[in-house]
Amino acid sequence: MPTKEMVTEDYSKYDFKDDVDYLYKTKKGLNEKIVEEISRLKDEPDWMRVFRLKSFKHFVKQPTPTWGGYISDLDFEKITYYAKPVEKTGRSWEEVPEAIKKTFDRLGIPEAERKFLAGVGAQYESEVVYHNIRKELEEQGVIFMGTDQALKEYPEIFKKYFGTIVPPEDNKFSALNSAVWSGGSFVYVPEGITIQQPLQAYFRINAENVGQFERTLIIVEPHSRVHYIEGCTAPVYASSSLHAAVVEVIAKEGAQIRYTTIQNWSKDVYNLVTKRAYAYRDATVEWVDANTGSHLTMKYPSIYLVGQGAKADILSVTFAGRDQHQDAGAKVMHLAPNTTSRIVSKSVSKDGGRTTYRGLLHVGRGARNVTSSVRCDALMLDDLSRSDTYPYIQINEDDAVVSHEATVGKIGDEQLFYLMSRGLNENEATNMIVLGFLEMFTKELPMEYAVEFNRLIKLEMEGALG
Amino acid sequence: MGRTLQIINLHAGSDGKEILKGINLTINQGEVHAMMGPNGSGKSTLSNTIMGNPKYRVISGDIKLDGESILHMTPDKRARKGLFLGFQYPVEVSGVKLGSFLKTAHAQTHGPDALDIAGFLEVIERNAKILGMDPAFAGRYLNEGFSGGEKKKAEILQLLTLTPSFTVLDEVDSGLDIDALRTVADAIEEYRSPNVGILLITHYQRLLRYVKPDYVHVLIEGKIVLTGSGELAEKLEEHGYGWLKNEI
Repeated sequence: MPTKEMVTEDYSKYDFKDDVDYLYKTKKGLNEKIVEEISRLKDEPDWMRVFRLKSFKHFVKQPTPTWGGYISDLDFEKITYYAKPVEKTGRSWEEVPEAIKKTFDRLGIPEAERKFLAGVGAQYESEVVYHNIRKELEEQGVIFMGTDQALKEYPEIFKKYFGTIVPPEDNKFSALNSAVWSGGSFVYVPEGITIQQPLQAYFRINAENVGQFERTLIIVEPHSRVHYIEGCTAPVYASSSLHAAVVEVIAKEGAQIRYTTIQNWSKDVYNLVTKRAYAYRDATVEWVDANTGSHLTMKYPSIYLVGQGAKADILSVTFAGRDQHQDAGAKVMHLAPNTTSRIVSKSVSKDGGRTTYRGLLHVGRGARNVTSSVRCDALMLDDLSRSDTYPYIQINEDDAVVSHEATVGKIGDEQLFYLMSRGLNENEATNMIVLGFLEMFTKELPMEYAVEFNRLIKLEMEGALG
Repeated sequence: MGRTLQIINLHAGSDGKEILKGINLTINQGEVHAMMGPNGSGKSTLSNTIMGNPKYRVISGDIKLDGESILHMTPDKRARKGLFLGFQYPVEVSGVKLGSFLKTAHAQTHGPDALDIAGFLEVIERNAKILGMDPAFAGRYLNEGFSGGEKKKAEILQLLTLTPSFTVLDEVDSGLDIDALRTVADAIEEYRSPNVGILLITHYQRLLRYVKPDYVHVLIEGKIVLTGSGELAEKLEEHGYGWLKNEI
């Protein structure tokens, strides 16, 4: 582990802004007219327009949540809900506009692609501008494209599943997303297909106060397997921006889905995301979710185990520095017999940062023979930081085997002394302990993501230890 | 001039309590010293103070490496000067692989270019073999879930890999069965050379049957009360520490 080299890495690539001409931007704020306008600009079928309008009504009606993080200073009137940078979705690299290409070059996407990407979906502003699917995936009948495009090209599959896992009325932010959604990824895997390489998408926000409301829908037919991975980077701005995504995942009988997220929004973003999956008989769904950026994240990936023998695995990692609150966790609903779940949460806080684990484990009536384990570990790097744990557990069957473990700790003096006695200075020793604490997450990542993630953490640590 | 580790009239302690009450000891390169003593005599205070554990405080006196005082140095600086402490209770660090930790430690103590990955793996493999360890051990998390014997072997693996000039081994023999003791002793002999100095801190004599010290010191109540040759260890084994206490 060449620590020094990593610490001095040039991080400017995560923090930049390119000039892009927008074809169109809606006025700031939101009303029915703007919702209609978004739908018209996107040339959508009428049912989607109606869906958006209905969702907008829910958004207006629902109160802003008073639990979780502090979001009262979020001004919905100051946000631009839709911006359209280019005319259409490009398929080959050559078709992508220069300014955007430059951005992606800096993110290193083409290089990564050459190495091992199965396909790249990159969200630029609210529109997917670049999408490339390898030939063999297409031949297998796998669909991997922007959600807007999928609505046009695969209307039947789309309509059948869209909004069925996370209905608009679920919460205020799912309603908002449903009203103004744009972009995101659409994945459809037909029966009996195993996709070896992860499908990857990159997201970023590139204009002040442009909220991102991407919508991702993943449908995996029986006995198929896929790993979807998204990494987010964003430039830093002084005023707040909003990211309210909705992710819907459907794992049919015997299907296996892993959804990995590395979230590194700039420190002014409100990241309020609803992620939910349905796992049918013998299916497995895994959320591997890391949140290092944003001002406030409220995200509780959930899995509904609706079929016998289904499995849920949620690994949530958060890192909160100054002025950051990571309110994250997991939710598992055991709604069928012989279902199992495992939740692991790891959080690191420093410089007055705040982490919250908020989780729900529910065992419904009739869900016999359930096994579940929940483990939350919090590491606080100083006395200014704060960590709370809210593990809600509801069990309606008496044969459920449920374990819950929670630890809160600081870096031990004896650990530091031990590592330092081998020649590591205090910063290196601290970094090593923190990275070790998060290694349970890192080891689940493809290698270059793991390297990238460790770099990000070291960068965050630099601020703390300077 | 040969290299030396000198402890000069050292008074030190922890939690406001003086434990070491004037220790004088000089270790030249090429020498093996054994420090023996009953529980509570200050053996661990001595080893921790030499390495610079911030939990322990030096009240007066000095510790010099090659004539230079190291008292103001943090533990990592002492390590880079060539000092090593084999811990009585090695600390567990979750998620940190022994191998990658050791690679980092090697780069810190020997410079980043001293060994490339291939060279490093070779060294680990060779040293693991000396200790009868599976090289895959390097992929395990630092001391986590290690048995008592594995922890001690891992300390010696680090010693062999980092090749320090002066080594303090704090109760490296405790918790070892007879086979493991043999293996660890052989490994210490492997490390022993005219270029290095070793301080073996131990409660029992049994390790000294395999690693013959040049000098044996007896530490009681924070003072070295007796210094002798290797035979002294045998006498202590036979008669215990009681007779010495009476003598003081």
